[in-house]
Amino acid sequence: MGSEALVIFFICALIMVGAGILVSNLLAPKSKNLQKEEPYECGIPTQGTAWIQFRVGYYLFAIIFLIFDVETVFIFPWAVGMKQAGLAAFIEIVIFFLVLGLGLLYAWKKKALTWE
Amino acid sequence: MKALYDFSYLTNAIHQWLSSFLSPNGVMITEMILVGLAFMLFFAVLGLVLVYAERKVSAFFQQRLGPMRVGKWGTAQTIADVIKLLMKEPIINKEADRFLFNLAPYIIMMAAFMAMAALPFARGLQALDFDIGILYVAAVSSLGVIGILLAGWSSNNKYSLIGAMRAGAQIISYELSVALSLLTIVVLTGSLQLSVIVESQADGWWLFKGHIPAMIAFLIFLIASTAETNRGPFDLAEAESELTAGFHTEYSGLKFAFFFLAEFANMFIVSAIGATVFLGGWMPLHIGNWEGFNAIMDYIPPIFWFFGKVSFMIFLMMWFRWTFPRLRIDQLLTLEWKYLLPINLVNILVMAFIGLVGWHF
Repeated sequence: MGSEALVIFFICALIMVGAGILVSNLLAPKSKNLQKEEPYECGIPTQGTAWIQFRVGYYLFAIIFLIFDVETVFIFPWAVGMKQAGLAAFIEIVIFFLVLGLGLLYAWKKKALTWE
Repeated sequence: MKALYDFSYLTNAIHQWLSSFLSPNGVMITEMILVGLAFMLFFAVLGLVLVYAERKVSAFFQQRLGPMRVGKWGTAQTIADVIKLLMKEPIINKEADRFLFNLAPYIIMMAAFMAMAALPFARGLQALDFDIGILYVAAVSSLGVIGILLAGWSSNNKYSLIGAMRAGAQIISYELSVALSLLTIVVLTGSLQLSVIVESQADGWWLFKGHIPAMIAFLIFLIASTAETNRGPFDLAEAESELTAGFHTEYSGLKFAFFFLAEFANMFIVSAIGATVFLGGWMPLHIGNWEGFNAIMDYIPPIFWFFGKVSFMIFLMMWFRWTFPRLRIDQLLTLEWKYLLPINLVNILVMAFIGLVGWHF
């Protein structure tokens, strides 16, 4: 089948989850209760909202990931053509990885990879 | 032998039978519906079997018996669980973002479902055979992290948020290692198409044909894929001793069940990709010139080989969970960025060199 069949898998996933939740809604009991609808916090009353600032460390890793993910996308076509292109491709990827390694080394020395 | 076990005969026969009384468009739509139903059924059975396997394997590692009451050896336990989860009240806490809270299970299941579509189960038994198969699976399966982040954030619960942020950092980090370790083998195959990769292993699996770099890549893949699926020892996104249940703390009933189903489906997907790329997919085990041995191995149908290898990989992942203590988040990120990633980059270079010189088999 061609790639248009992807749509059917997308729809199937939606149907599967949707039908399950629908059946569950029909079968399950429902009762209103203020205590039950509070966010769980070990049984004590909830203190404030959870939608707050969180540590910047996660963003740093997300940014470094972005760089390396784009680089992975570049490596995909290289890996496919590596055997046909031969020596030229090998020399190019060595240079590519050297530049990339310098980038990783920079992030490392800047302590971007250290969790404090 | 090869013709006997080829599923394309079956699919072609169904295609011709449908064509005899339907228009081309009708045939296409009917086939799509059939494939969709087959995959939904497979998904459900997979969930039932894997949950049972997980509980039994966990129990045996701890010298318990595990579920024993429902059905012979507790085999009907998961079905009882599904019925229980269906009857549970769906609670949405009043602080939550209701739309995103309800959307999260859809996204996470959609990612798992679409990634499963491209897996080669046996010769001629593959729903979608893209020429960019590995890239497609890597791309689609990583969409699941959006569902996890949505679930954690929309719950408006501190445990959920911390769990989701950890899961996000972990999954995107380890995704790099998964892709790069697969690319180490792609250097040798010269194709991203999963069926071509399987065919290229008719005379031996890449794990053995690619020498030491292939084995290093396989080890990295095992570690990284375990982390990418949030399995122990990397399950700190749902570390029950500190975060209650992590990103799905606020979920109840069937929505909670879908997170679990997606987790098990993801486990199956990474195991299947690992088995396809490193362990020869549905190709039987062949040893050099042992004609008799190879002929006997050919008699075992490809579909058994595929599921055997996948089961082995899944068992390894369950084994990890009960063998290693859980990592801290800083140890987890150090392992990826300071060890696996540099090793992986050097490993690809070594593999490229081997491919260039032609030292592989």
